[in-house]
Amino acid sequence: MRVAEFVMALVMALFSLYLMWKSTELPIGWIPDEGPGGGAFPFWLSLGMLLCCLWMLVRWVTRTSPPSRSTEPYMTPQTLKWFLLVAGSLTVMIGLIHIIGVYGAVPLFLIFYVRFLGRHSWVITGALAVFTPIAAFLFFEIALKKTLPKGFTEPLFYPLYDFFF
Amino acid sequence: MKKLATRILSLAVALGVGLGFSAVQKDAAAGWEPKKPVEFVIMAGKGGGADRLARFIQGIIEKNNLSSKPFVPINKGGGSGAEALRYLKDHAGDPHVIMATLNSYYTTPLRNPGLGVDIAEFTPITRLAEDTFQLWVHTDTGITTVDEFVAAVKAAGPENWKMGGTGKGQEDSLVTAMLEKKFDIKVTYVPYKGGGTVAKELIGKHINSTVNNPSEQAGFWEAGKSRPLASFTPKGKLTGRFGDIPTFEELGYGTDMVYYMQRSVIAPAGIDKDVQAFYVGVFEKVYKSDEWQEYLDKKGLIPGWLTGTALTEYFVAEREAHRQMLKAAGEID
Amino acid sequence: MEVLALLINGFAITFEPLNLALVIAGVVVGLFIGAMPGLGSVNGVAILLPMTFLVPPTSAVIFLAAIYYGAMYGGAISSIMLGIPGASTAVATTFDGRPLALKGLADKALVAAAAASFVGGTISVVLFTLFALPLADVALAFGPPETFALMVLAFATFVGLGGDDIPKTLFSILIGLVLSTVGLDIISGQPRLIFGDLTGFYHGINFLVLAIGIYGIGEMLWTIEVSQGEVLMSKATVSFRGILNNLKGLKSSIKTMIMGSFLGYFVGILPAAGATPGSLMAYGVAKTMSKNPETYGKGNIDGVVAPEAANNAASTGSMLPMLTLGIPGSPTTAILLGGMVIWGLEPGPLVFTDHPDFVWGLIASLYVANVFALLINIGFIPAFIWVLKMPFTILAPIIFVLCVVGGYVPTQDMHDVWLMLIFGVVGYLMRKLDYPMAPAVLAIVLGPLAEPAMRQSLIGSHGDVMTFFERPISGTIMAIAFLLFVLPLLKAAKGRLSRRRAEGSP
Repeated sequence: MRVAEFVMALVMALFSLYLMWKSTELPIGWIPDEGPGGGAFPFWLSLGMLLCCLWMLVRWVTRTSPPSRSTEPYMTPQTLKWFLLVAGSLTVMIGLIHIIGVYGAVPLFLIFYVRFLGRHSWVITGALAVFTPIAAFLFFEIALKKTLPKGFTEPLFYPLYDFFF
Repeated sequence: MKKLATRILSLAVALGVGLGFSAVQKDAAAGWEPKKPVEFVIMAGKGGGADRLARFIQGIIEKNNLSSKPFVPINKGGGSGAEALRYLKDHAGDPHVIMATLNSYYTTPLRNPGLGVDIAEFTPITRLAEDTFQLWVHTDTGITTVDEFVAAVKAAGPENWKMGGTGKGQEDSLVTAMLEKKFDIKVTYVPYKGGGTVAKELIGKHINSTVNNPSEQAGFWEAGKSRPLASFTPKGKLTGRFGDIPTFEELGYGTDMVYYMQRSVIAPAGIDKDVQAFYVGVFEKVYKSDEWQEYLDKKGLIPGWLTGTALTEYFVAEREAHRQMLKAAGEID
Repeated sequence: MEVLALLINGFAITFEPLNLALVIAGVVVGLFIGAMPGLGSVNGVAILLPMTFLVPPTSAVIFLAAIYYGAMYGGAISSIMLGIPGASTAVATTFDGRPLALKGLADKALVAAAAASFVGGTISVVLFTLFALPLADVALAFGPPETFALMVLAFATFVGLGGDDIPKTLFSILIGLVLSTVGLDIISGQPRLIFGDLTGFYHGINFLVLAIGIYGIGEMLWTIEVSQGEVLMSKATVSFRGILNNLKGLKSSIKTMIMGSFLGYFVGILPAAGATPGSLMAYGVAKTMSKNPETYGKGNIDGVVAPEAANNAASTGSMLPMLTLGIPGSPTTAILLGGMVIWGLEPGPLVFTDHPDFVWGLIASLYVANVFALLINIGFIPAFIWVLKMPFTILAPIIFVLCVVGGYVPTQDMHDVWLMLIFGVVGYLMRKLDYPMAPAVLAIVLGPLAEPAMRQSLIGSHGDVMTFFERPISGTIMAIAFLLFVLPLLKAAKGRLSRRRAEGSP
C-alpha cells in the first residue's frame, strides 16, 4: 500500500506536469482588458494538481496519511488475478467491437464472463449471450434509432433494417 | 429456467431466418436506396440553430416518408465542427453519411490547417437556404437608426460598448469586424456559446448590441423588447415580416455590408453518382414541402436552392471570402 | 382567479383521452430511458421529437414533457441500484443512494426518491403556476458574473463532500476542472488540450464518460474485489406493506424535501444552470444543515431525498425561461424549444397570451405527469429489486455491457468508450488509495459553466475582478458562498475546541 501511494502520487505529479506543458499551447497569462487567456484555466489548475501531489508526497514521507502507514498489500494475488481477468476481458471486448462489432463482441464477452468467471451453466450463459444482443438491437437501433458499431458484420444487418423500417 | 432459455433461443433463430427471406424480396427496387439508417451529422452542438434546423429537416423527411431508412441526426460539434469535418473526411466513399453545414464549414478548416480537410473534395448535395443577420439593440436604448447607433458607440467609448456574439472567428465576430471597419468604431466583443444566449443577454442588458439571426430575436422583437436597425442583406432579398427592416445598402452605406449564413447539406468525397442523386432527390422534396417554405418565411431565411458543381464553386468562392475576412480580423496569417 | 380559470381549462385539455394517453406513455418511456446508464432526458426528448409531428402541438409538448419528467424519476433508479448516474442530474443521488442499496435498503431509497421527486415536482409546478411571469425577469437579470457567482456557490455547498484527506480531495476537484477544459475554448475559438491530436477530444470529455467510467466500471471492479467472484446476493426484499412503511418513514425528511424543491426550482429557472447544480446544491445544503453530517455519504435517506426533490423541481423551473424568454435552462429544454419552433409556436414573452391553451395545457399536464410518474415508478420497484437479486456474476457482465453501450451511444464514438475504460481502471486504482472520486465528477459538470462565465465577465469589465462583488445579485451570492465555505470550517474548529475542553477538564 505504501509503495502504491508513492507511485500514484508520482505518476499524477508527472501527469500534472504534462497537462501544464500541454496548456501552454494557448496563452496562460492575463491578457490586459480581457482577463485570463485560453490556456490559463487548465495551466494554473494543473499547477494546483502538482502542488497537491507534492503535499501528498510530504505526507507520505512523514507518514501522516492512512495509506502511507498501511502495511497491507495494495493488491493480494487473488485480487490482482480478478482485476486482470475482468479489466483484460473488457479491453478485449472493446477492441473486438472495432472488428466484429457489438453484436459479435458482446456475446463472446458474456460467454467468457458468465461461463468461465461465473461458472454458471451453459444454458444460462447461452440465453444471456443470445438475448442481450437481441434486446440491445431492438432497444437501441429500432426504438431509439442509435446505430451501434458493427465492424465487418455490417452487411448482415441490412435485411434487418429492411424489415423494421 | 432451462425451458425458457431454449424457447428464447429458438425464437431468435426463427426470427433471423424469417428476416433473411423477407429481405431478399425487397432488393429489386430501381435506383440507389440506403441500406441502413443514414447518419445525418450536424457540425454543431445540441439545441443550437443548426441543430434545430437539421432536426426540423429530419422531421419533414419522416413525416412525408421521403426515405425508406430513417435519417438519424448525430451532433459532432466539437472544435467548431472540426470533429464533424474530420469524420466526413475519414468516411470517404461511405454512402450512409451526410452532413448539415453552416459557415464554420469554411472558417474551421481555415483556422485549423492541421485538420487536413479540403471542403472542395466533399460531394455537394444541396444548399437549402441562406440565413441572414441584423444589427439589434434593446428598445430601452432609444436608438432607432444606424447613425444613432454609431454615435452612441462613439460616445460610450470602446470600453463601455459591449457587442455580444458567438465564439471568436465565427460568424458574429466577422460581422462585428465588418461593422467596426465600416463605421470606424471599436467595441468590446464578448463571446457566448450560442446565438440564443446572445439574444437573451441583450434583453437582460448585459450587452449593448448584437448581430443575431432573425429567428433568434423574433420573439423579443414582437414583444417590443429589441429592435433591428439594419439588415446585412442585399436590397429586396429578405421578404415577409423581416422585409421591412432596412438594409445597409438602402441606408446608403454601400453594397459591401452583406453577410449570409449558408444552410447546406454535403456528403463525403468519392460517393457514387446514384447515391448523390438519391440525396439530391430527397432534399428537393424537402425543399418543396410546405413545411419548409413556411419555415423559411417565418424565420427570415432566404431560399437558395443550389446543387452540383455550382454548389462546390459557391463553397470555394465563399471560402476565399472568409479567408480575407479572417485575415482582416487578424485570426489567420 | 384568472390563473385558476386558465388552469382549469388546462386540466380540461390534459384530460382529453389522447393527451392523457400520451402523458402515461411519455412517463413510462421516460422512466426506462432515464434508468439506462448513459441515456437521460436529453436523449429521450431528442429521439422522440420527430414523432410529435403526428399530433397537435399541445399534445406533442405534453408527451415530451412527460418523457422529461419520467426520465428525471428514472435517473434515480440507476443511481441507486447500480451506483451509475444515468445523467448529470442524478450524480448527487448516488452519494447516499448507492450505500443504501448496498445495505439492502434499495427499496427504501427507491421509494424515497420517488416520493421526493413527486414533492419536488408538485411544489415547483405550483410555483410555476403562480409566479411564471414575474420570475422570468429574475432569469434575465442573470448575466455572466451572476452565473459565475452561482457556480462558486455550488462549489461551496459541496466543499465538505470529499474524504478526510485534504490534498486528495483538492486534487480530485482540480483534475475534474482541468479535464472539463478539454476541447474547444469558446472565448478564443481555439482547440485546446487535444491529446495526441485525436479528434475524439475535440468534443471535450463528456461528463458521462467520466461518470460511467468511475461509477460503472470502477465501482464494478471494486465490488468484484470485495466479492472475489463469489455469488453476491442483495438482501433487499419488497412488499406492498414495506413500500407503505417506507413512505411513512419519510416523515422526518419532509423538511429536506421542501428545501430541495425550492432550491431546485430557483436554480432551475436561471438560464444555463439547469438541474445539475440545483441537485448538487440541495445535497450540500442538506448536509450542512443536518445535525449529523457525518452520516451523509454512508446511506442517509435525506441524501437521496434532497437531490431528487431538487432535480425534479429544477426541471420544471428550467421550462420557465424556455417558455417566457425562449432561452433553454438545460440541454433538454433546448430540444423542447426546438420542438416549439417546429410546431410553429414562437417561444417568448408573448406565448402566454398568444397560445394560452398550449401553455396551460402543458402546466396542467405536469401536475398529472407527476402523479402518474409516482404511481408507475412505485409499481415498478419490485421489478427493479428483482433485478438486484440476480447473482453478481450475471449482473456484473450485463452492467459492463450497459456501460460500454451507454458510453458509446451519446456521441457515437468509440473514442469515448476507450476513455471510459481508462477512467474506470485508473479511478479504481486511485479509489483504493482513498482518493475521493465524487468531487472530480462534479467538477467536470460545473467547470464548463464556470470558466466561460468568468471570462465573459472579465472581458465585459476589462479585467476588473471587482465586477463579481459590486453587482448586487452576484455580490450577494458570493457572500452566501463565502459563508457556506467558512461554516464547515468554523464547525470543525468549534468541535475541536469543545473536544479539547472536554479533554482538558477531567
